[in-house]
Amino acid sequence: MPLKKTINDSHSRWMDADGPAADIAISSRIRVARNLAGIPFPHLLDQKKAEDVIHAVRLAVIDKDVSSKVGNIELSLLSEMSPVERQILVDKHLISPELLSNFERKAVVLRDDEVISIMINEEDHLRIQCLIPGLQLQEAWDLINQVDDSLERTLDYAFSEKLGYLTACPTNVGTGMRASVMLHLPALKLIKQLGGVLNAISKVGLTVRGLFGEGTEALGDLFQISNQVTLGQSEEEIINNIVAVVSQIITQEQAARNALYKNRREVIEDLVYRAYGTLKYAHILSYEEAMRLFSELRLGIEMGLVSGVHARLLNELTVRIRPAFLTKLSGNEMLAHNRDVFRAELIRKEFSKLQ
Amino acid sequence: MMCKRCGQRPATMHMTEISNGKKSETHLCEACAREIQAQGFGFSFSPQLQLHDFLAGLLNHELGGNKHDHDELTGKRCEKCGVFEGQIVKHGLLGCGDCYPYFEDRLLPLLRRIHGRTRHTGKVPERTGGRARLIKEVNNLKSVLKEAVSREDFEQAAQVRDQIRQIEKSLEDGGGA
Repeated sequence: MPLKKTINDSHSRWMDADGPAADIAISSRIRVARNLAGIPFPHLLDQKKAEDVIHAVRLAVIDKDVSSKVGNIELSLLSEMSPVERQILVDKHLISPELLSNFERKAVVLRDDEVISIMINEEDHLRIQCLIPGLQLQEAWDLINQVDDSLERTLDYAFSEKLGYLTACPTNVGTGMRASVMLHLPALKLIKQLGGVLNAISKVGLTVRGLFGEGTEALGDLFQISNQVTLGQSEEEIINNIVAVVSQIITQEQAARNALYKNRREVIEDLVYRAYGTLKYAHILSYEEAMRLFSELRLGIEMGLVSGVHARLLNELTVRIRPAFLTKLSGNEMLAHNRDVFRAELIRKEFSKLQ
Repeated sequence: MMCKRCGQRPATMHMTEISNGKKSETHLCEACAREIQAQGFGFSFSPQLQLHDFLAGLLNHELGGNKHDHDELTGKRCEKCGVFEGQIVKHGLLGCGDCYPYFEDRLLPLLRRIHGRTRHTGKVPERTGGRARLIKEVNNLKSVLKEAVSREDFEQAAQVRDQIRQIEKSLEDGGGA
């Protein structure tokens, strides 16, 4: 039962912090949009037609050839889950918040390690996603490509010679591909260089978003860099462009960390250990404060100043301290204040296990 | 043009707002546009929605000004899915894959504006698209040609032969790849 495991366990493969450049690049994600030929896009479908799309995808994924290539996958209807369970999938970045509206028409396919997920009837009939730790966009694309090829053996895609994969929104037409890398950039922020870097990114056709999209930008100093253009560039070109730009940002963040260590070592150590201490002993923690403290402690881990705490734990906690998972753990809805108390208790418990 | 809000960065987002039948335009830099959107939607704000609003504005511009302000069930209709031009303009979403060729002349300028290009150069699905389909079409035409020749309908045969040559040439030129 992969879905039950996915919902009960806050861990996901992308949190392992073991990929290339994992001290700055937390995760790499690629998603491609695909639609079935001859069927209107999801926003025009009634319940019955939407179920037909789900059924077609179900038939495609139970194909033996698909499971032998793609791995152990399972399709679940969003309507079979509770609101909290659906939100946990969003918090783990396995589905988008958009999949939650009109959920009775939607479904998700998950591979047991959660590296591959397919959203059905989001903005497009299929949104195939691959999410892995570190800077590994090419690897993510190779996986997606394989899944896509095996699905295409049974599903007829809406495709045109001229415009490529046809999507509901013209911003996705062509490759239908959005590739992104999640970066942790606290040092650039500390030396006030972040604005310049982010500004430069928008000049080379890439976009920057916060952890859960715009408006959440500063949370945990986490930034998603992704491509804007999907038409007229091949998948490889899109990936190479992002990797080139992201590598530059990584170099600059690294330089900023080195400079801080060299010139302001006591300031960095103070920041990191205050965060560590607060997380270890605080009795009330809001989500925002916890995310800030995680970022500061994470910096210490990534710079080798703190031992005994692994970035994997922090990645996992960013999901576990979200309201949905807290509700699930406590068994009932809580007021914001009680949630802050419960959150602090949960973090204290985890930190008391550390050496 | 500089951003109307901060006056410091170049304006890259141009938003058209229509309220009470009056059209007003705002020119913002990306940072200010994002801030304004974030204020409006709060924490659970979805970036896709913002994009749709933005696109809807662009589409409105491409697909015929503001004549669809009041009723979305107006304008040209896609023959396949029946979606109205007004609906596309309002929601920023097309109705089906066939909307692309159907509204092509008006979509192309928009695609150029969004992507800078109008021709796909990426992956081609093995079965549903690309060279495979062209090759299949050539094979079909070859059997039509054979049949026309056997019927001694040389006029049709010549036409079909030209069609085959055209496709084969585009295949040689890397068309469909």
